Amino acid sequence: MHNDSPWLRAFRGLAGAVLIVWLVLPLVPLAIWSFARGWFFPDILPKQWTLSAWEYALSERAGVIDSLGLTIGISLAATALSILVGVPAGRALGLYKFRGKELVELLILAPTIVPGIAVALGIHSVFITLGLNNTVGGVVLVHLVPTLPYMVLVMSGIFANYDPAFESQARSLGASWLKTFWYVTFPAILPGIIVGGLFAFLVSWSQYILTLLIGGGRVVTLPLLLFNFATSGRNDITGAIGIVYILPGIIILILTARHLSGRNGAVGGFGRI
Amino acid sequence: MTHVSLKDLTKVYPGSKVPSLDRLSLEIPTGELTALLGPSGCGKTTTMKMIAGLLTPTSGDVTFDDRSILREKPEHRGVVMVFQNYLLFPYMSVADNIGFGLKMRKVDKAEIDRRVGEILDLVKLPDLGKRRPSELSGGQQQRVALARALIVQPKVLLLDEPLSNLDAHLRFEMRDLIRSLQQEMGITTIFVTHDQEEAVVLADKVALILEGRLCQYDQADVFYKRPANEAVARFFGGQNFIAGQSTGAAFDSPLGQLTLPQGAIAGKGTLTFRPENVKIGEGQSNSLNATLEDRIYLGTQTRLRLRVGDTMIEAIANPDEVGGFDVGGPVPIHLPPQTLWVLQ
Ligand SMILES: Nc1ncnc2c1ncn2[C@@H]1O[C@H](COP(=O)(O)OP(=O)(O)OP(=O)(O)O)[C@@H](O)[C@H]1O
Ligand SMILES: [Mg+2]
Repeated sequence: MHNDSPWLRAFRGLAGAVLIVWLVLPLVPLAIWSFARGWFFPDILPKQWTLSAWEYALSERAGVIDSLGLTIGISLAATALSILVGVPAGRALGLYKFRGKELVELLILAPTIVPGIAVALGIHSVFITLGLNNTVGGVVLVHLVPTLPYMVLVMSGIFANYDPAFESQARSLGASWLKTFWYVTFPAILPGIIVGGLFAFLVSWSQYILTLLIGGGRVVTLPLLLFNFATSGRNDITGAIGIVYILPGIIILILTARHLSGRNGAVGGFGRI
Repeated sequence: MTHVSLKDLTKVYPGSKVPSLDRLSLEIPTGELTALLGPSGCGKTTTMKMIAGLLTPTSGDVTFDDRSILREKPEHRGVVMVFQNYLLFPYMSVADNIGFGLKMRKVDKAEIDRRVGEILDLVKLPDLGKRRPSELSGGQQQRVALARALIVQPKVLLLDEPLSNLDAHLRFEMRDLIRSLQQEMGITTIFVTHDQEEAVVLADKVALILEGRLCQYDQADVFYKRPANEAVARFFGGQNFIAGQSTGAAFDSPLGQLTLPQGAIAGKGTLTFRPENVKIGEGQSNSLNATLEDRIYLGTQTRLRLRVGDTMIEAIANPDEVGGFDVGGPVPIHLPPQTLWVLQ
């Protein structure tokens, strides 16, 4: 990491450029569409521009604002629950050896391997008996299936490089376990919580099938709304909602780029996916 | 002001069959400094952690002033442990590290600042309060760890090899500092080391632990004069062990009949004497004719390998005394009776 050769640096620069082009390029037509009044084949750019798609998308009628709020709420809740469960689970997996550890790891990884629809159908029947279908709470819970693995893996990577003796030292100096967590453990694992949390947020943010199945069409998050407009052929409005939908992902990517550089253990756990 | 006592303290780590600490019993009087001495892996850190409440004993008890503390949480025991690897909190400045214990005791900010400043001077690290621990040398980190423990004035202080990373000069200074602070504050202190010299200089009493068992618990000089067994004598640098028969007054062995000091045991036993107590020249008693087999010049002293009959004897002498003897030639020696000791 410290004495990179010029070749390696050039390669990383190139990789960065490709990544940006790959991420930004699909957004360009989306953005153009959202400001276009018709955009037809031989034209490279639309002949006429308008703000009407945006006006509609941001109006009360379209439901985009409500859906945005709902999606943010669901993703935040799923993220918070992932952190709550993922931190202790990651600690157990990262710090301790115990019998059946491989099995637990496999179970945690399973949702990233098994097709989501299979999992969702199973959960659907369970949720019926629990009365969780068609509720926001049910959607939040089902989002944990794909978000938890990321959180747990990130946290187990963090804890694998963590020395719990610091906690003993704090206790010995007179800190209760709560204060020990706050002053000693938390600052040490914060990078993992941030990275894992952002991933969990994004994974929840992009759920479609799980939301559709468990929400039963009543919990309309942004991807569902987006899909409705896309299939109805309104490219201009789809473009506007698409931009709104994609923005958080880009912001998060920029925020985490620093943490993803591999200088800390936060992403070490991903090596195992 | 705390009298610490360990009663048959035992630890068997999960998954291990042999105890890492086997029925350790020690009485450590109020305000005294006891050294736990022993080679790597003998159970020193294990003992400290159990006293600090960071590890649960398999059996046995720890009492402070005759009250068992095993049920008390580590933060309520009034014990502070300084770990072998310092464990300074990396996200805090040096000053915040040192003030941590006071902050947990809800001392107000201004008072913490004042006392941190004081103790930084005491451990000779003024001006370093704002740094991060990673910006300090190993020795400086060790002193910060020490300051962080002392500042809370614990009832019992546990120091796990607190001097191991200091250079010789600092080590002497810190040794004296620990001793004077400990006596001034009257803190009952247990001090881990694998260096016998450190234990001897610093401690009121030394507990020698070998392979999880207490071998001897005495004042330092006793380990040299009256070691409990061969292992103890060897740990303290003893090299001469000669099997034979004791009458209590004299010892019969391949070296001939040697006069013993008063209080020596009778019966079959092993005679031991320290290399530095082998005297060159004729003596009033216990004189022997040895042959010089080898010599190693060590600057202030010379190590000699001597042979008496078929028995090899290790000796340490003043270089001036032995300069005239040739390897292969005869050397007259004697063993003063008060320096001999018989082991069972
Ligand atoms: N968590 C543990 N699990 C299993 N065995 C352990 C554990 N900690 C220590 N041991 C074993 O217990 C024995 C004593 O360990 P301890 O750390 O007390 O040694 P020590 O005397 O402090 O050694 P050193 O001078 O090297 O620090 C060793 O044999 C060690 O391998
Ligand atoms: Mg140790």
